[in-house]
Order: sequence, then structure tokens, then C-alpha cells
Amino acid sequence: MQIHDTPALKAEARNLNFYYSEKQALKGINMPIYDKKVTALIGPSGCGKSTYLRSFNRMHDLYPGNRYEGEIRFFPDNTNLLSPDVDPIEVRMRIGMVFQKPNPFPKTIFENVAYGLRVRGENNKRTLDDKVEHALKGAAIWDEVKDRLQDMAPNLSGGQQQRLCIARALATDPELLLFDEPTSALDPIATGAIEELVHELKKRVTILIVTHNMQQAARVSDYTAYMYLGEMIEFGKTDQIFIKPNDKRTEDYITGRMG
Amino acid sequence: MNDTQHLSSQFDDELARLRTHVLQMGGLVETQVSAAIDAYSTGEVASIKTIVETDRKVNELEKAIDDDCAHIIAKRQPTASDLRLILGISKIVTDLERAGDEAKKIAKGVRRIYENGHLPGQYGVGVRHLAEAALTMVRRALDAFARLDTPQAADVIRADTDVDAEFKSIIRQLITHMMEDPRTITTSIEIISIARAIERIGDHAKNVSEQVVFIVEGRDIRHTKEKAQ
Repeated sequence: MQIHDTPALKAEARNLNFYYSEKQALKGINMPIYDKKVTALIGPSGCGKSTYLRSFNRMHDLYPGNRYEGEIRFFPDNTNLLSPDVDPIEVRMRIGMVFQKPNPFPKTIFENVAYGLRVRGENNKRTLDDKVEHALKGAAIWDEVKDRLQDMAPNLSGGQQQRLCIARALATDPELLLFDEPTSALDPIATGAIEELVHELKKRVTILIVTHNMQQAARVSDYTAYMYLGEMIEFGKTDQIFIKPNDKRTEDYITGRMG
Repeated sequence: MNDTQHLSSQFDDELARLRTHVLQMGGLVETQVSAAIDAYSTGEVASIKTIVETDRKVNELEKAIDDDCAHIIAKRQPTASDLRLILGISKIVTDLERAGDEAKKIAKGVRRIYENGHLPGQYGVGVRHLAEAALTMVRRALDAFARLDTPQAADVIRADTDVDAEFKSIIRQLITHMMEDPRTITTSIEIISIARAIERIGDHAKNVSEQVVFIVEGRDIRHTKEKAQ
């Protein structure tokens, strides 16, 4: 289908390089992230997709010797997320992250979701109640936990824990959500629930998702980027990538021909 | 098309087997068409039985190939060139099977003409030539599929225009015959349906070629003026 307007940009990597000390893990990445769309990053292990994802919320800052070059522009304010002037904490308020394995805090369900808000200085009980409920509803887990908000979060099932983590990420109203293989530890039913949720979430938030499951990328994303050895090989609409990729390397990877 | 092997050699085998079956089926259809044309010229009614029997084999192959396609989709979730190959093949076998049906129609028409004591050659002069052209289209379409050769596929698509034009001129000629001598009407009508079947065989060969272009280049050129390069 050619009838298609390019959506607004939410973020854009511009000539992004990243080094783990001496080792260059990202090589000159240029890539748009479109607003309120799902963009999937695919590629074999070690291709740099998680490194790229983590650059968005400055997770690499935690280790000395890591170094960025280039920019990640974040819109509408056109901030360079990688600029030393930008406070990583502030960045993480606007950009939420969900990891491979669910990692709830050893606290109650309620406190898990309220945590980010409390860090922000929100202590009004009414506001917290409202926002926690809203986030849990947004993560499609409210009905399952509304009667047990004071239970310990680690007692939930794996799929519920992962949705709780999504609720926790949603609580601070982020503009961009980063998912690092969010379903690789979940069974097919829980995976289906998360994929359905991603589809719902993109109505209000932009999503960047790393996945090893190619079919998942094909199912949930609007755009797909194929990365290999730290380079972005091909970026395009998901339909195009999975039916007629332009690059032989993309083709070999998605058809299972990579040695 | 991608010649690199899959990580799963089983998947490679499955795809190779699928392609072999399509070519096998194509081979049978080609024989049917060619036998039908021979029957037209020689009145060799015995071969007509063979054509009908071959049709049964063609139908079985169509079902088997469709079944294999479904299994590969379910088991392998093919993408990109693999996906296009599977989709293309499932369309190609439909066209091949229908081309086989048309051959059967030709054979039965020929039998009726001879049974009525007529010789088709007396009326439809251009039919033999039309049939040769359609048969060549079928051969070349299968060849284009076997080699994934888009220039060859493009030739077949172009050839269809000639076959269509030839078909129309045969019809005009037969109408003239019928007006001049109403006794020829019965036979002429049989020949018209034979010519029509031949023309349809050309269409099916063209459809197969369009799928070859889709498989190789990912372009859907059906119902467009766009031609394969």
C-alpha cells in the first residue's frame, strides 16, 4: 500500500557510535523512531540491538569507560538524550523500560507501581491511588490484582509480574517505552497478552522493542530495523521487511539462512 | 531468489521437494496439452483416454502440493523469498490444474468432432498454430519457474497478447464459415470451444509467469500494464 503518510518523529539516532571501552558496539546508527508506532529491533545475538535500546535511557552511564558519540534526538523538544547536560534521571521519567525477565521490587503490588511516583516526590494518597489504578489498567492487569494490591509482587505469576513491570513503567506517563525481549521468559498465553497490550499501548506511547522472536516482530511492530555487527543494515515498514527485504543480509536472517 | 542454505537443512529439503512436485505436475500438464493437440490433428482417440487419466494424477498432485504448502507455513512460518515462493506455488498449481482441465476439454471436443465423422482440420486452420503457441507458453512458463528466470517469464506474458489476437481471428474466420454454410455450425461450435480452451491455457501460462515475477522480485504485476523487465 502506498497510501501512507510518514508519521511524526518521536526520536532519531544520528550517526550514533557506542563504545564499551575499546570495543565499538554501535557503528554510525541513523534511524528514526516514529511517534506512537511500534518499532522492532531484530538481529542475531551480539548485533548491538540491546546496546542501542539501552542508549535511549542512558543505562550505559552506570559503567565507567562506556562512551557515546553522535546524538539521539528526542522530540518534540529536540533534546539530545546523550548530551552530558541532560539528567539521566529526568530521561528515565520520560522513557520507561521493561526487561527480559520480570523484575518486580520485593514490595507490594501497589508500592511497585507507586515507586516511580514517590521518587518524583508524589505523596498524596489520592493521587497515588488514582495513578496506580490507571497504570495497572493500562497494563491490563487491574482486574487480576485490584483485590490484592497489598500482596507481595513476587508472588504473582511470571506473565502477571511482567505486566506489573509494564504498569510500573507506565506510572510516570512515559513518552517512550523500551522493551528488551519482554516475552522471552513467558509462555505463549502470557506472550499473547503482552503483545495485545503493546498493540493497545501504542495509542498513547511510542514503543521500541528488541525481540529474538521474528514472528513477534512481524506481529507487533509497524517498523522493523535489522541490525548486524553493530550496524543498522535495513530499516523499513514491517510488511516490507518481511515480504521483500531490500538487503540480502536481512533476507538471510529473517528466512533463517544465517550461519 | 536466495540460494544460501537455511540453518535447517530439513526446511531446504521441504522446499526443494515442493519445487520438484510443481515441476512434476507441470510436466504432466504439458503432456496433456501436447497430447490434446496431437489428437486434434490426428484424431487419435486412444490418447484421449490417457489425457483424462493424467488429469486424475494432476488433481492429486495439486492437493498434495497445497497440503505441503500448508504444512510448511504451519511449521516454518516462512518469510520474504520463502514466503513468496510458497504463496506463488499455491497459485501456480491452481493455474496448472486448470490448464490440465482445458486440455481435457480439448480432448473431449476432438472426440465429438471425429465421432460425428468430421475432420477438425478442415475448418479451424489456425487452431493448430494457436495450440503450438500456447504449448510453448506453458513450457517456457515452467522453465521460467524452474530457473526463476524473470526475463523468460516476461516473454511468456508478452506472448499471451499474440495468442489472444490469434484466437480472435480464428473466431472471426469460423463465423464466416458458419454464415457461408450452416452445415458447418455444429463442428464450428466445437472448434470455437477448443480454441477457447487453448486460449485459456495461454492465460494460465501467463498467470504462472506472473507468479514467477512475484516470487523473484516481490512485485505483483497481475492486472497491471506493468511488465516484467
